Amino acid sequence: MSTATATTTTTTIANGKITPLYILSALVEDKPGVLFRVTNLFRARNFNIESITVGSTEQADLSRMTITTKSDEKTLDQLVKQLKKLIDVVEVKVLDTGNTVYRELALIKMRAGDPTTRMEITNFASIFRANILDIGKETIIVELTGTPDKIDAFKNLVDHYGITQLARTGVSALPRGVEV
Amino acid sequence: MVEMTGAKALICALEKEGVDVVFGLPGGANLPIYDALVDASALRHILVRHEQSAAHMADGYARIKRKAGVCFATSGPGATNLVTGIATAYSDSSPIVAVTGQVQSSMIGKDAFQETDIIGVANPCTKYAFQPRTASEIPETVKKSFYIAESGRPGPVLIDIPKDVQQESADMTFPELIKVRGYNPVVDADLSQIGKAEQILLKAERPIIMAGGGVILSGAFSELQALSELLMIPVVTTFKGKGAFPENHPLAMGPIGMHGHAEANKIILEADCIVAVGARFSDRSVGRFDEFGKGMNIIHMDVDPAEIGKNKSVDVAVIGDVRSSLRTLIKMLPKKIVRNDTDTPWMKRRKELIDYYAEALKDYSRELTAKKALKKLREILPANAITTTEVGQCQMWTSLHFDVISPGTFFSSTGLGTMGFGFPASIGAKAARPVVPVVDIAGDGSFNMTENSLAVSVLDNLPVIVFLMNNYMLGMVAQWQRTFYNRRYMGVHQHNCPDYTKIAEAYGAQGIKVQSLEELEKAIKSALKTEVATVIDIPIDPEEDVYPFVAPGTGLKDMVTGA
Repeated sequence: MSTATATTTTTTIANGKITPLYILSALVEDKPGVLFRVTNLFRARNFNIESITVGSTEQADLSRMTITTKSDEKTLDQLVKQLKKLIDVVEVKVLDTGNTVYRELALIKMRAGDPTTRMEITNFASIFRANILDIGKETIIVELTGTPDKIDAFKNLVDHYGITQLARTGVSALPRGVEV
Repeated sequence: MVEMTGAKALICALEKEGVDVVFGLPGGANLPIYDALVDASALRHILVRHEQSAAHMADGYARIKRKAGVCFATSGPGATNLVTGIATAYSDSSPIVAVTGQVQSSMIGKDAFQETDIIGVANPCTKYAFQPRTASEIPETVKKSFYIAESGRPGPVLIDIPKDVQQESADMTFPELIKVRGYNPVVDADLSQIGKAEQILLKAERPIIMAGGGVILSGAFSELQALSELLMIPVVTTFKGKGAFPENHPLAMGPIGMHGHAEANKIILEADCIVAVGARFSDRSVGRFDEFGKGMNIIHMDVDPAEIGKNKSVDVAVIGDVRSSLRTLIKMLPKKIVRNDTDTPWMKRRKELIDYYAEALKDYSRELTAKKALKKLREILPANAITTTEVGQCQMWTSLHFDVISPGTFFSSTGLGTMGFGFPASIGAKAARPVVPVVDIAGDGSFNMTENSLAVSVLDNLPVIVFLMNNYMLGMVAQWQRTFYNRRYMGVHQHNCPDYTKIAEAYGAQGIKVQSLEELEKAIKSALKTEVATVIDIPIDPEEDVYPFVAPGTGLKDMVTGA
């Protein structure tokens, strides 16, 4: 079963139930309407998706979709099977997060009118290996790459300065080593 | 390579697929296709009076011919009218190829006259939807459409062709073979899984086969019968699987489910092992997912991997075409099977249940009831006649009281439950197999919805019999209002309007009103002899209920056998 080898990265506990986060990697045809078909499937079958990223791959006519979802194993199994059933979906894998590199990029704009705040944020950014992309009179924009956990942690750290805008890309992922 | 227009290429590609009939209705955006049809003498076009019926006809044709049926419609409302028929085919895994016209490419997205995003609309109820953007794509698109529609778990495919693409000329290459990356419908069943299934079956003391629509789709009739007879396994079916197994066979128990046979619903609860063949454990068949099959070994054979574990977790999953899986399983069985003993406790229990319910379930005392009418129909109809139904009480009475003898001669809108399906679908079936009688077992509510297909039946010489059980009611809704809403009727009275015999006559068909079983017998015999469609109007008491009944949200064990 596709879920057997999957391990999870983060778990959230809601209503006493542990819901693991899974990362799925799908190769899909690069043509109009494919993203629509995939997202429509999620809606029609009540699958809950945390994030979805789509981009080009090493093959010109294929795109890679990285999908993160918090679900139980039964739902995950159905999600994988229903995705595979789509004709435009060429391959679906549940990534073993223990053997996968995965990253998300976030752009965070904060209020930073006074020099102390700027200094603090710059310090935090350096600890988190984030980049300062822009500093204006009132605001500062930080670019941070990492696992969703790391981005969450940074966000919590700077939240009280006043985040005015935030954009996260969702997770992109690749398994380590040679594919078998 | 040959130069021709997109419309001409479409017709050529359809002919290359062996299509001999299309059901459709023209409009502004598919005129080039209709113009190309003028010169296609081998392709019979059947003009419908509403596009929904075209899709149902293509569906009925497909279910009997076991290859894709084709329907045409124009853009906008023509295309959206097809959708109910496409969704019906999708629910019942029936292969149809629907070809719609679309406004010209430059107008797409401009909210043009009769423009609908039919690709978006049809997406959730098709296996795939194509929109070729150049004429040269059409031959390959058609080839892919038939391949996708007919292979694996069959289903509808839509081709939406902008008008300018129909008109455009291009050099055409018609591919003989096609591959679709990401679509691999043929899988050989895992032998180790079949081995596990065999072991469980041989050990089982109270095995049961639950045959679904997949048996009919893959034509696994003789294989199913062989397995049942070799191991003396009683066979229940889902409603979609009705007729997968001869219902007059000693091991047949009939359909299970909400209005299943009482003995079928009972025996499946007492089994220790269920072999589900081409079935999807729908709520209407199994009641509550959590209760069904508890403590039993479940073996699930299906061509669609996504059906495994969707509604019911199973012990053994055999993924692949059920016909070939059954063949492999039968070959694996020990050479000498000694299970021809009708004296086992399980066989005795089977007989006991059948006898008990034959006695316990009483019919109404009136001379003409749905049950008596359907028994009479069975008595007169030849075994190879094709029957279909509308939806509601007429459909469930058929499930209970009409035995399908020749496998694969029965179908119905079982998944979507589309009222108005049966009549046009019966016309489609007649086009597929003109030599046998075709009967639509109807109710007045459903027949009303697509009765204008009488014009098609008469003009295109596709005579079918409409066996109209008329209780002047949307009978099933009325039954639920009686049962669950304290007889507070709302919106169910049809008041015997219109007069169905006059409707039939107005279209040039035959209409016969009967008042007794004797008159009914005469009417059926007359309908079988005549060359035109016949509507037999049979009065049924509006208070007549369908029992047994498993109320929605309850389990098969909660079956109620009478009011």
